[in-house]
Order: sequence, then structure tokens, then C-alpha cells
Amino acid sequence: MNANARRRKIISRIAETLCAAAVVIALIPLALILFYVIKEGVGALNLAFFTQMPKPVGEPGGGMANAIVGTLILIGIAALFAVPIGCICGIHLAEYPVSKFSSVVRFAADVLNGVPSIVVGIFAYGLVVLPVKRFSAIAGGFALGLLMIPIVVRTTEELLRLVPPGLREGALALGATRTRAVFSVILPAALPGILTGILVALARVAGETAPLLFTAFNNRFFSTNIAQPIASLTVQVFTYAISPYEDWHRQAWAGAFLLVMIILSLSMLARFAVRGLEKMNRP
Amino acid sequence: MTITMDERRIPMTARTQEKPMTKSTRAKISVRNFEFYYGAAKVIHNISLDIPSEQVTALIGPSGCGKSTFLRSINRMNDIIPDARAEGSIEIDGKDVFGSGTDTVELRRRVGMVFQKSNPFPKSIFDNIAYGLRIGGMRNKRELHEVVEKSLVRAALWDEVKDRLQSSALSLSGGQQQRLCIARALAVNPDILLMDEPASALDPIATAKIEELIYELKDRYTIVIVTHNMQQAARVSDRTAFFMLGKLIEYGETKEIFMNPKEKMTEDYVTGRFG
Amino acid sequence: MSKSRRSSIDDRKFRIGTGVFASIVLLIVIGIGFELTRQSLLSIQKFGFAFWKGTTWDPVAGEFGALPFIWGTLYSAILALLLSTPIALGIAIYISELCPRMLRQPLTYLTELLAAIPSIVYGLWGVFVLVPIVRKLELATPDALKAIPLFKGPPLGVGMLAAALILAVMVIPFSSSVAREILKNVPAAQREAAYALGATRWEAIKVAMSYGKTGVIGAVMLGFGRALGETMAVTMVIGNSPQVSTSLYAPQYTMAAVIANEFTEAADELYLHALIEIGLLLFIITIGVNAISRLLIWSMKKRVTTRVSSAPLLEAEPA
Repeated sequence: MNANARRRKIISRIAETLCAAAVVIALIPLALILFYVIKEGVGALNLAFFTQMPKPVGEPGGGMANAIVGTLILIGIAALFAVPIGCICGIHLAEYPVSKFSSVVRFAADVLNGVPSIVVGIFAYGLVVLPVKRFSAIAGGFALGLLMIPIVVRTTEELLRLVPPGLREGALALGATRTRAVFSVILPAALPGILTGILVALARVAGETAPLLFTAFNNRFFSTNIAQPIASLTVQVFTYAISPYEDWHRQAWAGAFLLVMIILSLSMLARFAVRGLEKMNRP
Repeated sequence: MTITMDERRIPMTARTQEKPMTKSTRAKISVRNFEFYYGAAKVIHNISLDIPSEQVTALIGPSGCGKSTFLRSINRMNDIIPDARAEGSIEIDGKDVFGSGTDTVELRRRVGMVFQKSNPFPKSIFDNIAYGLRIGGMRNKRELHEVVEKSLVRAALWDEVKDRLQSSALSLSGGQQQRLCIARALAVNPDILLMDEPASALDPIATAKIEELIYELKDRYTIVIVTHNMQQAARVSDRTAFFMLGKLIEYGETKEIFMNPKEKMTEDYVTGRFG
Repeated sequence: MSKSRRSSIDDRKFRIGTGVFASIVLLIVIGIGFELTRQSLLSIQKFGFAFWKGTTWDPVAGEFGALPFIWGTLYSAILALLLSTPIALGIAIYISELCPRMLRQPLTYLTELLAAIPSIVYGLWGVFVLVPIVRKLELATPDALKAIPLFKGPPLGVGMLAAALILAVMVIPFSSSVAREILKNVPAAQREAAYALGATRWEAIKVAMSYGKTGVIGAVMLGFGRALGETMAVTMVIGNSPQVSTSLYAPQYTMAAVIANEFTEAADELYLHALIEIGLLLFIITIGVNAISRLLIWSMKKRVTTRVSSAPLLEAEPA
């Protein structure tokens, strides 16, 4: 018995060590990626990067001003589209959680969440680009919005369900209709969390490239016309990265660094600023 | 061997300690100055008692008085809880379970435990009982079958399940599941069986079956049972320990504790004057 | 109008009003399937099933055989799964069962950071950092190994190996976080039962994993679904060459990658429809994989919530 127990203990220790090793192994690429992005990216950042347009092919210098603005415009359009649809859908699922319709919608949102972003891009292409035979920021924003919807739906539903039932009963007891109860009492109570969800969704789509390749396409020039193709950080980084020019590679790293910073800031904002909002809401 | 308590009202007299053991000359489990802390909170205060072998000892007392915590210390199940600390000693056959040479794996094989709510693994009846044997290294199919059968017989479950050993343990009723858990604990051949309110989640008929079983098992095992149900303690146990607020108030033969308690608190409790 | 009548009219308006928005989500999913089919009809009608058996992809000559893309997608995803699953499960076990309480939050945050890095950044890093490393590795392969088909091919750096490695890293946080949730929800009573029978810590963990195995499989499949649809990082390191090859060193092509690269170059409608047909298959496969995975996870959650655990909350065993 004793030899067996000793062997099992050794196996236990080895297994536990391997699990700890797994954590280390996973963190190595994380560290390497962040290291390179920071190392190469920070070095390539300069004022020109933020203020200038891309130079013609082969010429060194220039910047990604149009791409930065483009990304912001695109996620703005995406939010305009996804937030109302996602939130109200989430409200419906939270108010009628067990209906057959709700189960189907919930399943659909889950399915949409798993659809590869490039497929969503094809859909946006067919719906928005093809009919007018033109790439546009609207098409790109639409594609990104579609990707945002499942996240917003899920967060909204979960947070609305967390609101204490006493709040709703109180509102209804005071004579509020359901609409009023939901929109003036329950929704505001869940708002901080819902905002978090929206920011998280924005962070996710800010980094998307594939669906933009044939919706927003790209634009060498500065443009805020949403009916025209528009540059974006992600597509610009991609274009530069696969090009043969050293200077463009340098700028690609800078773009990647900026992208990671934007995404991290959005996540931080989601975490901390919203917590501040919550504190304000509480008496 | 005088043990002093800091509570003036509850002197633990030597007399209670030295009641003659009916079956063996030495205590199976010997507890000395045992104290237990959850973080900074002391939940068990300086208890000492001797638990005889091949008898049933019941631990009774109101909820939260430390009886389950004490029970779980005997097989060091409290090790799993963070911020838990024990002081003093619990000796089994003369060896302190908290001693440096103690192998918890071996300890828990020798001291089996049955929980308040039955917790069979989501496997077949056979695999549940064979679990302890398999991790102990038993591979031979015939041996496994023998021990599984023996354990089920001892747990008074064999006749009910002998034709469906491969079916899921979760398909059994609550009472059957609990007897399965008892069989599972018996399979690894322990000396001591700790039972933490084993029948509290069961209906009266299933409870009666469990009590019958305990009565049969005490021939071969030392049983320590925590129970809320005083009638159960009176029916089933040879000795009873009354706990309150983490202190051992009184300990002795069950008959004495219930008919002729020495402490007022004990009397109040067993006559139902308080919870 | 009575108050209750007014409120029931309002109720109905509310339900229908919000329901319209909810049905938009449903319509989107149906719409994607519909639109993809509509936009690939030319290719479906012209090639039928031969589309998926053909191995030659030569748009200029009008030959559209999509087998290399299916192969590349499945091969890369399966390899990624093989590489990432032990690590993802190890992380899940470590964080939920083994690590000191203080480390739990930071480690969880760090592994989730892996999921926050955009695909293009993985791709960029892949091209400039990973591929040179892989090339060096390939150059250093002993000749004896080079003979095996698994390692045949020129040491380019780009190829299936680089793609599998990057995909594995990208997939880890997905499988790991779901697996962690599953483990967290395994009732403490199960581990207690194992410990009480003399199990070692690892044996108790195995009991918990066995209890949660349906959900864990679902978690792993979720990662698989993610790997199937990954586009940018893969296309930047896989070499983009439509060939069916078992060699890790050979440049290959995936469904998502070919769409990304060639969509805007598709000169004629047939070409475009062929690409969209590939997108349609990708859509169907990922829906299938994700649906199965969600089903497994859901059935696991149902099993856990119908049992109530009365045991105290157990954490890592210190000794």
C-alpha cells in the first residue's frame, strides 16, 4: 500500500507542476507579442504618423492619420447600428425569458457570435456594396455592427436579469406601464453594465480586419465621407505588413501598437469608468 | 488526567472522561486539547475525549456548535479549507493524525466518511464502489467484483442492485444513494466510519434503514455519527457527546446522557427546552 | 379606458415593439445563409459537388477545385486543437483548482488578454517574428526526419506549422475560460467524496474533470470553431498556396484566407461566386461546430444546477 501511495503522490505533484507549466507556456507568446509590438511600435511612432496621410507606394514617410480617423468612424457607425438593435433585443429576451421565440432568438445570437467575421463581411458586401457597386464606410460599419450585436444582446439580457425584481414591482405598483417601468427604472439600473458590454464589443470590432477588406476597402486619402471607401488601422496595417517596403513594415508595427493601445484603453474604460458610474448611482 | 476548561460554568470533570470502556481497553480515537480556528475565529475550544472502538459514538448539539468541524478534523478533511488551523492532538490507535509522519491519503482510507447529502459519482454503481479500490491499485476484475459485492452486502444494498451494477448510481433513490456511499466508504476497508448527519436528507423509512445499518456495522467498525436528531442518537449510539458553541459540555454513555445528564445545559437540550 | 386595459395594450405594444428588434437578429442569421447561397448560385449550379473534390484552383483557367481549402482549414484547426487543448485545460485546472487565491484574478486577466489581441497583430507578429523562428527550426531539421512526409518540403518558414502554432495560441483563451467556468461549477461534494476515499489532489481533480467532461468537450469544440474561422493571422503565415499536403512545412491555404486574399481580385462573376460558395461552406461548418459545442455546454450546466451542494466551499489543498 505504501509504495502505491507514494507513486500516486509523485504523479499528483508532477501533474500539478505540468498545469502550472501550461500557464507559463501560454504566457510566453503573450509576452513576446506585447514585447515586439511595444518595441517596434513605439520606435516608429512619431508626429507624422498621427497627422499625415500615406505616401505613394515606395516613398518613405507619411502616416496613418486617415486610417486612425477611419477606424473611429467605422466603430461609430457600428455602434449606431448595433446598440439600438442589440439593446432592445436584449430587453425583449430579458422580459420574456422563457418564450419559444426568445429561445430561438437567443440561439440565433449565439450562432451569429460564432460566424467567422469574413463571412459577415461577405453578407455586408452582398447587402450594401453590391447594389450600389461601391465600397463604403457604411458597408464596413454595418459589417462591424453585425459582429457587435451578439455581444450587446447577451450583456444587456444578463444585466437586466440581474436587476433586483423589487425595482420592477415598485415601479409597477406606482402605476407605471411596462414600457415605462423598463425604460425609466430597470434599464437605467443596468446601464453601467450595459455600457461595459458596449465598450467591450467596440474593443472587439476595432481590431477586425477581414470584414473590412471588401466593404470599407481602403482609401489612400483622408475621407470622412461615409458613402466612400475609407481607410482603417487594421486594413492599413495588413496592407503595409504584406508589402515589400521596410518603411511600411515599420509603420505597420506603429499601427499595431496604436491598435493594441486603443483596444486596451477601451477595455480599461469599460472596467474602471463604468465602475465609477455605478458608484455614482448608488446612494 | 484532569482537563481544565476556561469556562467556569462547564467544568469538564475527570469522572466523565474515565467512564469504563465496554469493549476494549484502549480508546480507538483519543482527542486531547483539540482546538480549531477558521482564520482568527476559534470555533472549537479545548476539547478532549476518548472514543472507544467498535461502538457508535454520537455527537449532538445545536447547529453550528462545531460537531461537524470536529468530525471532519478526524480524517483531516478540513485541510482542504483555506485559513483553517487545528491545534492539539487527535490520536488514532496512538498515532496523532496531525503528526508529521501522517500520510493523509492513507489516513483517509482508514477513516471513511459519509456526508449529509449523498454524493455518488456520475458513474455506474459498480464504478462508484470500485473507485477507492482502483486508486489503491486493485486491478484484478475478480477481486474488484468480490469486494464490491461484499461492500454492498454490508451496506444492505446488494439485493436491491445486484442485477444492475452497471446502471448509473444517479438512478437510485436518495436512501439507496446514501447506502451506496456507505458501501463506497466500506470498500476500502476502513477501521473507522465518520458519518455527518447521514440520514437528515432522507424520509423516515430510508432513515430507519440507515439506522439499522449503523447498528449492524458497529460490530466491525468504530462509528462516529453527528446528528441533529436526538431520538436517533438515543436509538443508535452507545456513547454520546454533547457540544455547544464549540465546547464539549458532557460526554458519556448514551443512557446516562439522556436519562440522567449531569450538566444543566445537557438536560435542557435533551429535554427539548431549547433548540 | 381602465388602467388595466391600458396597461395590457401597452404590454402588447411593448412585446411586439421589442420583438421586432429581436426578430432582426433572427433575420440577420437567416439572411446570411440566404444571401450566401444566392451569391454563390452560379458556382453551385456549374460545378455541383465536383467543386469540393477538385484539387486545382486556377481561376484564370476557370478551374475551381476547393478541396485544398477544406483540407487546409481542417488540418490547421485540428493541429491547433492538438497543441492548444492540453495547455488550455492545464490553465483551467491551475486557475480553478491549484493556484493561490491571490493569483487567480491576475492570471485570469492575463489569459483573457490573449483573446483581446486582434488577429492582425497576431499576423504581424507571426510574419516578422514567428516565421523566421520557424524557418530556423525547419532548417535545423535533421535529415532523418526530413524523409517523413510530415516534415517534407522546403524550409520556407511560412506554412502549416506556423499557422498551427499561431492558431493554437489564439484559441487557448477561448477553450480555457469556458473550461474554467465548467470546473468552477462542479459541486464541491464530488471532490470531497474523492478526498474522503483517500484520493490525491490530482485524483480529485480527475474526478471533477470527469464530472464536467461533457462541458469540457464543449469548451474544446468552441476553440475548434474559432480556429476554423480565423482569417488574418492565418493568411499571413500559411503561405497561401492551394495544395493538399500533410507536410507541416508546406505552404497551404484555408477557406477564410482565400476569400480574404482573392475577393477583391475576382474579375468575373463566376470567380466571385466560387469564393462565396467557399464562404457558405465555412458558414455551415462553423454553425454546426458551434451548435454542438453550445449543446454540450448547456447540457452540462443543466446537470449541475439540478443538484444542490450542501458542502462548504472547497479551495486548493495546501498540504
